[in-house]
Amino acid sequence: ETRGGNTIESTVATMVVNSVHWFRKGLRLHDNPALQEALNGADTVRCVYILDPWFAGSANVGINRWRFLLESLEDLDTSLRKLNSRLFVVRGQPADVFPRLFKEWNVTRLTFEYDSEPYGKERDAAIIKMAQEYGVETLVRNTHTLYSPDRIIEMNNHSPPLTFKRFQAIVNRLELPRKPLPTITQEQMARCRTRILDNHDERYGVPSLEELGFKTFKGDSSHVWKGGETEALERLNKHLDRKAWVANFERPRINAQSLFASPTGLSPYLRFGCLSCRVFYYNLRDLYMKLRRHSSPPLSLFGQLLWREFFYTAATNNPNFDRMEGNPICVQIPWDHNPEALAKWAEGRTGFPWIDAIMTQLRQEGWIHHLARHAVACFLTRGDLWISWESGMKVFEELLLDADWSVNAGSWMWLSCSAFFQQFFHCYCPVGFGRRTDPSGDYIRRYIPKLKDYPNRYIYEPWNAPESVQKEANCIVGVDYPKPMINHAESSRLNIERMKQVYQQLSHYRGLSLLASVPTIQEEAEPPMSDDSYASSSTAGEARQSSIIILTGFTVQLSVFFALFLSVNQNVTTLPDLTKKSFTMPKKINA
Amino acid sequence: MFSRAHVPARHRLSIRIWQNFAAKQIRVFWDGMPFYVDEEAWNKMKRGRSKCQHFTPSEGRKKRHRSVPPAHVQTGSSASQRPTEETWGSLPHHVVLHIFQHLSLVDRARASSVCRRWNEVFHIPELWRRFEFELNQPATSYLRSTHPDLIQQIIKRHAQHLQYVSFKVDSCTESAEAACNILSQLVNCTIKTLGLISTARPSFMDVSQSHFVSALTVVFVNSKSLSSIKIDDTPVDDPSLKVLVANNSDTLKLLKMSSCPHVSPAGILCVADQCHGLRELALNYHLLSDELLLALSSEKHVHLEHLRIDVVSENPGQTQFHAIKKSSWDALIHHSPQVSIVMYFFLYEEEFEPFFCEETPVTHLYFGRAVSKDMLGRIGMNCPRLVELVVCANGLEPLDEELIRIAERCTSLTAIGLGECEVTCSGFMEFVKMCGGRLSQLSIMEEVLIPDNTYSIEQIHSEVSKHLGRIWFPDMMPTW
Repeated sequence: ETRGGNTIESTVATMVVNSVHWFRKGLRLHDNPALQEALNGADTVRCVYILDPWFAGSANVGINRWRFLLESLEDLDTSLRKLNSRLFVVRGQPADVFPRLFKEWNVTRLTFEYDSEPYGKERDAAIIKMAQEYGVETLVRNTHTLYSPDRIIEMNNHSPPLTFKRFQAIVNRLELPRKPLPTITQEQMARCRTRILDNHDERYGVPSLEELGFKTFKGDSSHVWKGGETEALERLNKHLDRKAWVANFERPRINAQSLFASPTGLSPYLRFGCLSCRVFYYNLRDLYMKLRRHSSPPLSLFGQLLWREFFYTAATNNPNFDRMEGNPICVQIPWDHNPEALAKWAEGRTGFPWIDAIMTQLRQEGWIHHLARHAVACFLTRGDLWISWESGMKVFEELLLDADWSVNAGSWMWLSCSAFFQQFFHCYCPVGFGRRTDPSGDYIRRYIPKLKDYPNRYIYEPWNAPESVQKEANCIVGVDYPKPMINHAESSRLNIERMKQVYQQLSHYRGLSLLASVPTIQEEAEPPMSDDSYASSSTAGEARQSSIIILTGFTVQLSVFFALFLSVNQNVTTLPDLTKKSFTMPKKINA
Repeated sequence: MFSRAHVPARHRLSIRIWQNFAAKQIRVFWDGMPFYVDEEAWNKMKRGRSKCQHFTPSEGRKKRHRSVPPAHVQTGSSASQRPTEETWGSLPHHVVLHIFQHLSLVDRARASSVCRRWNEVFHIPELWRRFEFELNQPATSYLRSTHPDLIQQIIKRHAQHLQYVSFKVDSCTESAEAACNILSQLVNCTIKTLGLISTARPSFMDVSQSHFVSALTVVFVNSKSLSSIKIDDTPVDDPSLKVLVANNSDTLKLLKMSSCPHVSPAGILCVADQCHGLRELALNYHLLSDELLLALSSEKHVHLEHLRIDVVSENPGQTQFHAIKKSSWDALIHHSPQVSIVMYFFLYEEEFEPFFCEETPVTHLYFGRAVSKDMLGRIGMNCPRLVELVVCANGLEPLDEELIRIAERCTSLTAIGLGECEVTCSGFMEFVKMCGGRLSQLSIMEEVLIPDNTYSIEQIHSEVSKHLGRIWFPDMMPTW
């Protein structure tokens, strides 16, 4: 009997379609195929965002990123209200929340946007499996990227392209990205109207920053970047208007103005999916063809979009993409471990106004120009401080609005010359680079007001200003503003040598780099190595090669010691299990 | 003799056998790592254990303590003599050695725990010629160190075998001090190459000079056949160089000592005067003198192959650099026509005054800081041997004229890299046309090229590719 009852219930259930659309990225109603699927023939639709308030306080994500997210959710909620619906912000973890929701709302269909990142794929696989157990159908659509990362990998002989050129060549062979879908309409929503409870705000409202444990001060949000789809679409229009007005599709050359947040900047909106990359792509394409008499646009027009795609593709099957150890594409570099220097960099206390201004802008506003990113990334890693790119990546992850796991890690590897076959001679000068970009120093004065009275001549190197000038500017270097933490000429000399050391050991890089190609008689003076760092270089492919250097160090030596020990004590009959010890990886940097 | 007690369960010979017919080599996997065996030796062994297709360690434990015959007896036909007992332990000595030479230290160590015979091979001096000591502190480096006990064992058992020794230290003073302590114990050695390498900040500079110098001179005095010494960024001084010369003048071929502030021009001159076999030298500009170039060009001296000069200003803006006479350069080139002269500049623009005013035979030039247009103009005029040019930064004016002049007059130029500079697309095209296919390295940041009426960035890519005869792109940086 009970069985029969269940069958009847489930038959009834199959006739009713109760959809849940799960928002993660893709915080928009326009061009949202997964949401369209949720609406398609459904009786009820609930739009859900799952947020863990306890996680929020402890996570390595800064207040600006949280504010941007909450604003984006508010905006979604507002837009849904206009369609007589609401956003359900559910507190908890997806794995705990869904079983409850499935039962409570009698869910039959779950839709969400495809997440190509390893962590996301793992989480989604678990949710899909769980949904299956509850008899819930799941529909997933890829819209965060223009192309499917898996497709590109397949076309590149089943491995991700490791140079941007190679990537572009493959994209060139692909058909155009799918056309974007229109925004959700009131009629669509009306067909699957969901009852909103009176206590909706209480249970499912968008939380405030305070509720997440952030202290906010009145006026502390200079608020250059307001989150949300509405803002994103307004910015897109301005962006295109400006392009149309300039009628020049070349990459704009950097000047002092480009360093400041622009009302036409789009990167955070692409990151959170407030703006669809396909909408951006097709708007840009249409504008180009309109102004250039229907000639088809070059790939370079979509540079900003393609870089994202490149890094998503490189990362999708590499769970260690965000670290050096165990990351087959990352060159192993013996970075220094120096928390004090890292803190100075992160907090903008390096004593180089150009670096400090950029880090201050990043902390205050959550966005910096890409050349400014190059400047601070180079300074932290291969240029000056010789600190691991992973540390820098974590700081960006906390502060940068548009930091996505793949794009952030990929860019850091790129800028620190840790992957993607980079020339490492381009080393940005923390004085000269800024001065070239903004000779007047207005940018420095804006973000480091202490230095505002310095004459232009010294504003990038205040330590060289005569004492009288320092006094007159009311800012004594070493008292009111830090002395430079490092001698750039000296450190860049040393670091270029270190990079050469590293690269000369990698046979597949030989001949690629300008500086490493200078020959020396050293190789001839020494016999072929049969030692740790070289042993497998002849047989190893690219992937294994880069992990060789890891295997040196204590663990290796330990087993050698045992071997030596054994030979001294010939009577030893039992040996410790060497394999286990030998393959313990060295401890992590920030363990 | 393949005792289970000695072999952890996981250490098994796998039966995956790769035959490389061309090389007459067979690759055997043991515990997942490849061994290479001569085909001949392999066949011998196979014949010996014809019953056993599966080369896991033999089940028989009975012969575990069988005495091992001396190595030279083994190389013959022992396999066919004792067909029932043949195992990996009776691989001829030279075969095991050959295999071991292809293995890393850790793999050798693990293999050496298989049986006593393999353990003997482990200690053959040939396998201990080269060693890299790694000295790091957990606070400053994520890299682990060579275990102190291993260091002691090497000093005790294998010091006399060491020939190619290097020390890698992190930025911590204690690491450099530990390296010095090891150096001072290398008394019974015949070291040929010695390298002191700082992987991060140069920590040897923080060691007390007397400690460093006394450790280094231990090696200089005891080894007597040093051919290559890399001691960049260390407090080596003139007296220690004298000791080096007194003991190793016949063998020294390579000396790298960039940024060693305690060496004087007289100190390095002493090396050049006595070490006539010196073929490669790296030093800072303040040690370079006319006398030094003449000493390196003396009749007794072999041809110099490589001279690297770092030009660094200690006190920015205050260092006055001396000039080198054209006649001294001429003497050097006359004596060593093939020599590469590599110069790394880390100067402020105003400090470039004394350089390249006359013809200079430099082949590789690296400018780590901004260099003026004027200076690049002089390079075009006065560096006819130039092969490689890297300019990290320049002012805001386009470098068209300077590049075109370099293309015109530096006819050996094959590699160029431009960082924060500007060149118009037309100027750059002109440069590429003039150099053509001989430009084997052309690394230009995308931002360097200023589009003009003639060329856009897109056109530049295809035009340059045409002239180089290969696909070329400017270097790009990710945009967010």
